Amino acid sequence: MSLKNKAVLITGASRGLGRALFAELARAGARVVGVARDRAAIEAVAQELAAQGLEAHGIGADLGAQGDIYPIAGAAAALVGPIDVLIHNASSLGPTPLPLLLDTACEDFTRVLEVNVLGPFRLSKAIVGNMLLRGEGVVVHVSSDAATSAYPRWGAYGVSKAALDHLARIWAAELSGSGVRFYSIDPGEMDTAMHAAALPEADPASLARPEEVAARIVSFLQGPLPESGQRLEAARLADANLAAATVAAGKTVAS
Amino acid sequence: MKPARAPRVERSAGRLLLLDVANGTIGDRRPAELPGLLHAGDLLVLNDAATLPASLRGSAGARQEAIELRLLGREPDGSWRAVAFGAGDWTTPTERRAAPPLLRAGARLQLGALSGQIEEVSALSPRLWRVRFDLEGAAFWSALYRSGRPVQYSYLARPLELWDVQTAYGAQPWAVEAPSAGYPLDASLLLALRQRGVQLASITHAAGLSATGDPEIDAALPLAERTLVPERTVAAIAGARAAGRRVLAVGTSVVRALEGRALEGGGELRAGEATTSLLLGPGYRCQIVDGLLTGMHDPSESHYALLQAFAPRELLDRAHAQAEAWGYLGHEFGDACLILAGPDGRSEIAAANL
Repeated sequence: MSLKNKAVLITGASRGLGRALFAELARAGARVVGVARDRAAIEAVAQELAAQGLEAHGIGADLGAQGDIYPIAGAAAALVGPIDVLIHNASSLGPTPLPLLLDTACEDFTRVLEVNVLGPFRLSKAIVGNMLLRGEGVVVHVSSDAATSAYPRWGAYGVSKAALDHLARIWAAELSGSGVRFYSIDPGEMDTAMHAAALPEADPASLARPEEVAARIVSFLQGPLPESGQRLEAARLADANLAAATVAAGKTVAS
Repeated sequence: MKPARAPRVERSAGRLLLLDVANGTIGDRRPAELPGLLHAGDLLVLNDAATLPASLRGSAGARQEAIELRLLGREPDGSWRAVAFGAGDWTTPTERRAAPPLLRAGARLQLGALSGQIEEVSALSPRLWRVRFDLEGAAFWSALYRSGRPVQYSYLARPLELWDVQTAYGAQPWAVEAPSAGYPLDASLLLALRQRGVQLASITHAAGLSATGDPEIDAALPLAERTLVPERTVAAIAGARAAGRRVLAVGTSVVRALEGRALEGGGELRAGEATTSLLLGPGYRCQIVDGLLTGMHDPSESHYALLQAFAPRELLDRAHAQAEAWGYLGHEFGDACLILAGPDGRSEIAAANL
């Protein structure tokens, strides 16, 4: 899929992987809207990209707040048109240092679920209906290996990411054949502020740079897309494109 | 007809009045039956405009008098047409609302996070303004969404939230009042229609206010409204017509937009963005649209005249009386009505289906 002139919405776009994706998508020719809670920060990122001649808009909003969802969807569509690609990247770790589940406040657990699961559900609900009507669209859930491995002290976050993975699978099952595709992408460990907050002792040199991971994800979106509903690791995204190309070629030969 | 006084949680749970014009019959159905009432290949054209938070409260003029501004539509130059009301809120019917202060071009406005000024006062009414806001781009849209509320209706039991006034498939926020004919079309019904082989296509139409309470402005409604017709919708309509299939509009605004566009094109529907000011009524022969899914309209509404482009007045009156007897509900969140009409016998539905 070419990203040229495509309307893209990405959450959590003021720093880390989200910021790198914001820039990489805009450089690929997409018309991109970035969302983050810190309005000044997201507006600064958007301005920096716009100054390079790229189409980038920043919206300050809280994905965990029910009242912010239609404002995000509405403002984004007003700025770049009906959304073609929606990337759920924003997420909350909850309080750090990360507590054991027994020490996790119920309110903190709730807030993590609001931002990491309910927010993506609500935003998809506001945007995917139009994709269904047009018969095309891509929704990416940014996951984590904490979704599949039970790391002590990653309780709220890990549960939220496991739920987010499953949310993508069920969206994909329900809208199978509609032309709208859903993927979970596990970016792997990256040198970001979030990683430093969770694991301050980690050596940044051992971690992937968010720019590299963003480049892989954008390249994946531009390639032949595999079957909807899959959970993919960022390091293997190119293989997924290759497999999709092989399947497509097989179909051509068979027909 | 009694109004529905609240939005439905389950969008497709209402009732569907079926008017078969060719046979002159009236049926009591459910929206979920819609796929069975249509044929494979029929084309449903929806308005995919999302609904704006078009009602802004604040103050105007040097004396900072309280106003409510209802946006009517965005002009190509980025300014907005809007109707002003004085103090008071949605619980007072619009026709009884206080008038706004008499202001001239240049007067300043402060509406929540939005500021701006009146650029022009319409000759039609001193309450009809063209307004320019100080912010642009993402900053403008963010501020509009932080400050605005959906246009409210005095007959409702509670104020509407932004999510109450969206269809399941809206995208660009162009509509000032929701394209409410599409409310019953939830995702489940859209998928069922597609499974049936019914084609779906969209236009984006900037549906304006249905009433302002100002007799001068209301007499001039609907004002010219902006419509975007995508290339692929033009192709889908041409394909359906060539195959002898029906083109069905979801909402009177879609009829108006498509027929207006065709009329301006000398019978040819062209893709692109343009404004429509066509008024349809009795005696008008539709060139594009063969039928209509719409809300329940009272004989007193202007929409009722448009329905007469599809069905004779006598049948509409009979259907209205029958629906009332069946307990159908009217207004924005009420029940639905499917009118299957159209030339060349294309309107007939299988007799076994009635």
